[in-house]
Amino acid sequence: MKFVVCVKLTPDTEELNEVRPEDVGADDLGVTMVLNPWDEFAVEEALQLQERFEGETVAVTVGGEDATDALKRAVAMGIEETVLLSDPAFEGSDAWGTAHILAEAIKGLGEYGLILTGKQSVDGNSGLVAPGLAVKLGVPFVSQVARVVDLTDSSVTVVRALDEGRQTVRVKLPAVISVSKEINEPRYPNFMGIRKASRMKYPVMAAADLPGLDTGQIGVDAALVKWTDLHKPPARGGTCEFITGETTAALVAALVDKLVADKVV
Amino acid sequence: MSILVYIDHFAGAGKPASWETLGKARELADTLGDSVIGLVIGHQVRPLAAEAITYGADRVLVADDPALATFQAHAYAAALKAAIAEAGPRIILAPATTGARDVAALAAGELGIGLAADCQDLALDGDHNLLAVRPVFSGNIIATEVFAQQPQMATVRGRSFPLPESDPARTGEIKDLVVDLAAVAGWEEVLGFETTQTGEVSVETANIIVSGGRGVKGPEGFEPLRELAQVLGAAVGASRAAVDAGWIPYPAQVGQTGKTVRPDLYVACGISGAIQHLAGMTNSKVIVAINKDKDAPIFNVAQYGIVGDLFEIVPALTRAFRARLGQ
Ligand SMILES: Cc1cc2nc3c(=O)[nH]c(=O)nc-3n(C[C@H](O)[C@H](O)[C@H](O)COP(=O)(O)OP(=O)(O)OC[C@H]3O[C@@H](n4cnc5c(N)ncnc54)[C@H](O)[C@@H]3O)c2cc1C
Ligand SMILES: Nc1ncnc2c1ncn2[C@@H]1O[C@H](COP(=O)(O)O)[C@@H](O)[C@H]1O
Repeated sequence: MKFVVCVKLTPDTEELNEVRPEDVGADDLGVTMVLNPWDEFAVEEALQLQERFEGETVAVTVGGEDATDALKRAVAMGIEETVLLSDPAFEGSDAWGTAHILAEAIKGLGEYGLILTGKQSVDGNSGLVAPGLAVKLGVPFVSQVARVVDLTDSSVTVVRALDEGRQTVRVKLPAVISVSKEINEPRYPNFMGIRKASRMKYPVMAAADLPGLDTGQIGVDAALVKWTDLHKPPARGGTCEFITGETTAALVAALVDKLVADKVV
Repeated sequence: MSILVYIDHFAGAGKPASWETLGKARELADTLGDSVIGLVIGHQVRPLAAEAITYGADRVLVADDPALATFQAHAYAAALKAAIAEAGPRIILAPATTGARDVAALAAGELGIGLAADCQDLALDGDHNLLAVRPVFSGNIIATEVFAQQPQMATVRGRSFPLPESDPARTGEIKDLVVDLAAVAGWEEVLGFETTQTGEVSVETANIIVSGGRGVKGPEGFEPLRELAQVLGAAVGASRAAVDAGWIPYPAQVGQTGKTVRPDLYVACGISGAIQHLAGMTNSKVIVAINKDKDAPIFNVAQYGIVGDLFEIVPALTRAFRARLGQ
């Protein structure tokens, strides 16, 4: 069975706060870019599923040439095959557009069984690409997967984290699942992996390489939603009032007074 | 025209985020001169439809079927699609709960509707189009999403809008919605459900959160925090360090890879204030930090700070609140 992982190159979480609103959408955000941390869990799960059930692993990304770095990290972790989907026509796609591009590429991979994604990207934050991809492929989708219980040729059984509890659900294959942080502990690439990743070739596919692609569904002109008015959230006061007191009792009493006056308790 | 609102519930109990969203829909609809149509999906959920009317719905569509008794993303999405076809709304809103987010995304994807996920504010432009304000880049940038066409759809984060007042005197119409589940037959089979509800307040709905980090030093270190939380009717939250150490389960984790919260009061105990933690809690109204290290970055976002040992401060704070709140 083929395990397909969708990955994205996103800003390092340490530097997310340095991204300037005016740079969003530009090729270079001026910050370190890494494999989306949520996607590490998806890569790890694909590798573990391969160990448990046998199969091939492939990582797919839509992005600029630098998105190869996300694929490199996936390969360093152990992923065997990669697809970089890159074309100026893809730029500015919304989640549904990105999902369409991914779907057309995945259809070309032959017999895919399970497609894994991260919960969300740390930049877009929408968690829409995965359900969008399932819709475009016409297959089931399960979000927030905390455990893969069983996998057969025709179905996958997973535990999904809902707000009130854990639901065990079986869906038919092929299917798209987005994984939760609870599912595993992503491995660090070892030296062999890093060396393999640096020597690997990363084939690029463009719009012309996807026979089923409908250009009316992709790019900025097809986007059904657009981001406007990007700005930094209002800065927090920045001045912390340190509460002190002769005794601990006096100190906490002073804090309680303030919180009562602020009407937050 | 109308605004359609998906009412998410658990075992027949409407979630606060559903009513908050319905309240905002009412406000938008009053501006537009539209009606508000609620959608309730499940089995034996008619009482919920009546409740939705008290919160502001003019009409409620009820997809009531034994096959819909437990949450299934695809069957529920089929019901939402049927409701959209029936109501022909210009705007569709759902709370951004885990289940409702999936249902909204699947229905919007299939119908080719633009969807803004996890919004924290909604408004209308001069042409009556929806403006959906949402945090991106993990809360480091705020964007307004605009839509290319109608209908326009958004999911709304809990606690973004006040809980509307329920008016038992309000009247409205309740109508059955027939859903054809043939297209998703055999797609998804629910085999079991295990509740993780501990009876404790969840961080997502809490007005107050008492949160602990590596500084609490162990699972038993959360006890003083729980006592304070109990006095305040608060939820107990945690940093990733505390969760990864196994001191408290993952649903309590606040931050970029945990929950995003915006309580009225967030008390951070023994949390250094790493950027990934801040991503989940800087929208809190008032932040109190208790930390031994006066240079801890958490103090940069706190209104009030106490430099000291949490094992001394937190129990004292519990005693002081108990006395003040007359408990
Ligand atoms: C991709 C990624 C995602 C992440 N997501 C999250 C996330 O969602 N949420 C999250 O929280 N973190 C997240 N992190 C981890 C984050 O970077 C920090 O490692 C983590 O938040 C640290 O937790 P902490 O503040 O509890 O521990 P520490 O940084 O170790 O801080 C402990 C604090 O406790 C204080 N202290 C110790 N003893 C006492 C005492 N007796 N009384 C008072 N104070 C005391 C210390 O002075 C110190 O400031 C993420 C990291 C990455 C790379
Ligand atoms: N450009 C992309 N290429 C490949 N996969 C993506 C892309 N964008 C998002 N994804 C996948 O979809 C998940 C959710 O992303 P998002 O919908 O942007 O929050 C990510 O964790 C990835 O697994």
